[in-house]
Amino acid sequence: MTEERNNEVNREAERLAGKLPRTVPVCPRETPRIVVESFSVSFGGAAVLKAICLDICPRQRLAIIGPAGSGKTTFLRSLNRLNDLAPNFSKSGRILLDGQDIYRPEMDVAVLRRRVGMVYAVPIPLPWSIHENLVYGPRLAGVENRGRLDEIVESSLRSAFLWAEVKDRLKEPASNLSGGQQQRLCLARVLALKPEVLLLDEPCSGLDPISTAKIEDALLELKSQYAIVLVTNNTKQAARASDRTAFFLMGELIECGPTPQLFTNPVHGRTNDYITGHFG
Amino acid sequence: MRIHPHITQRLAVIAMWTLTAITLGVLLFIIAYILAHGLPHVTWRFLTESPESMGREGGVLPMIVGTLWVAGLAVVIAAPVGVATAIYLTEYTREGRLTWIIRFGADCLAGIPSIIFGLFGFVFFVITLGMGLSILSGALTLALMVLPTIIRTSEEAIRAVPQAYRDVSYGLGSTRWQMVTQVVLKSALPGIGTGVVLAIGRSISETAAVMLTAGSALGLPRSIFDSSRTMALHFYILSREGISMTNAYAMASVLILAILAINLAAYWLMRRFVAKVA
Repeated sequence: MTEERNNEVNREAERLAGKLPRTVPVCPRETPRIVVESFSVSFGGAAVLKAICLDICPRQRLAIIGPAGSGKTTFLRSLNRLNDLAPNFSKSGRILLDGQDIYRPEMDVAVLRRRVGMVYAVPIPLPWSIHENLVYGPRLAGVENRGRLDEIVESSLRSAFLWAEVKDRLKEPASNLSGGQQQRLCLARVLALKPEVLLLDEPCSGLDPISTAKIEDALLELKSQYAIVLVTNNTKQAARASDRTAFFLMGELIECGPTPQLFTNPVHGRTNDYITGHFG
Repeated sequence: MRIHPHITQRLAVIAMWTLTAITLGVLLFIIAYILAHGLPHVTWRFLTESPESMGREGGVLPMIVGTLWVAGLAVVIAAPVGVATAIYLTEYTREGRLTWIIRFGADCLAGIPSIIFGLFGFVFFVITLGMGLSILSGALTLALMVLPTIIRTSEEAIRAVPQAYRDVSYGLGSTRWQMVTQVVLKSALPGIGTGVVLAIGRSISETAAVMLTAGSALGLPRSIFDSSRTMALHFYILSREGISMTNAYAMASVLILAILAINLAAYWLMRRFVAKVA
């Protein structure tokens, strides 16, 4: 591990010295699930992301930190093409999911969004029962068998650490749940799709410390099956709940490295300023 | 001089109470006046028999049946078109010249006097398309008339559905159509229902447009190609031509109670439907 880490630090230093292209160290021993190649986004001419190069690895939690307006959420929404819906969105560069460009014309966006699931900053249960919220995605994907759906409901609720609390009230409106429970329901709803990549956009921004801890525990468990990308405004959360951390600033990826290293010995001065609270 | 905020607050409350009371009072007075004059003459015979000697004697069954046919058919035609237009305007297109034209057109349609609709219906449906004075001609004319109401109320209801629901639905792998039908329409249904209920009320009470298109036959209609006199029109003819003021008031009472009953039934059905799907 230390060797790998040193290797990564060295490459980062070389990159900064201009010897290496702007790519960031790859996944240990595995092919990356998602490869982002020089990806830029602009909305109506205003550049929001600038030539981002980043790998997202299976069985790893990648945290993305950075001040407001640094492009974290735009980056996340690029990974499942939710930005497509915005007017005057334009992009350049490529994002490869298992080696295939997700922006290629024949890509089925609905399938992509099932493979790359998203949890939003605010818990948004659809105005139905807990059960209906959970089976909506699988039904769209064509699962009709009632027994199969019930299995999915149970397993995804268990994975989101919510099963014990709601197993007797699945028919109740999801809006009856507390904020923390709603957010875990939203996590379970995405897990019900059996995605490969899990995107979380500040999932704990409105939650109390106990609910936050439950989400973080769930992510630690889920790491064994998914590639996880966690956007967070809370640097402490990034430090304790991720394996790698990427620091975004004004649409640029400043630095990416193993979380302990980035937080103790950042390569870039601005990263240091941000994590120590000097700006942002 | 500055009036103390507590006093302005008082005055505002009193003013609003008075104005509300006047509004309600006028409404109640009109209803009470008509019911007082008409209700004593509303008998079982009046409701279940056909009129005799132009409506001086007998009942109003054909008018009740005709009204239900014309208004029901109008809403059945207008609701799908109106809701589809609202979906197109809100979900399937970005704001631009085309949406402006459609909205402007709908607003113009809403502002046209009903007698003009009647004239159009007479020229187009009755004469040109050869449908004659019939329930179908009347219903098509009324459908055009209530279309703007349905479009606008549906549009508002669809717009009121939080944008976040759409993001969530897309995020869970839905197509636009699945998102619209399974998330947006489900949530917008009560609002759309209100628009439909308004449209039913307007169709039932319309007089001028149906006079020129559905005609004023007194017999019980046997199909939608028959001419039929609606309740509102029957009331108009009875009073205008001085045939029988007693029966005119009785007709008006039935009309008012029918609108009330249909509105209540529509709300009740809508609530049950919403409780079932949402």
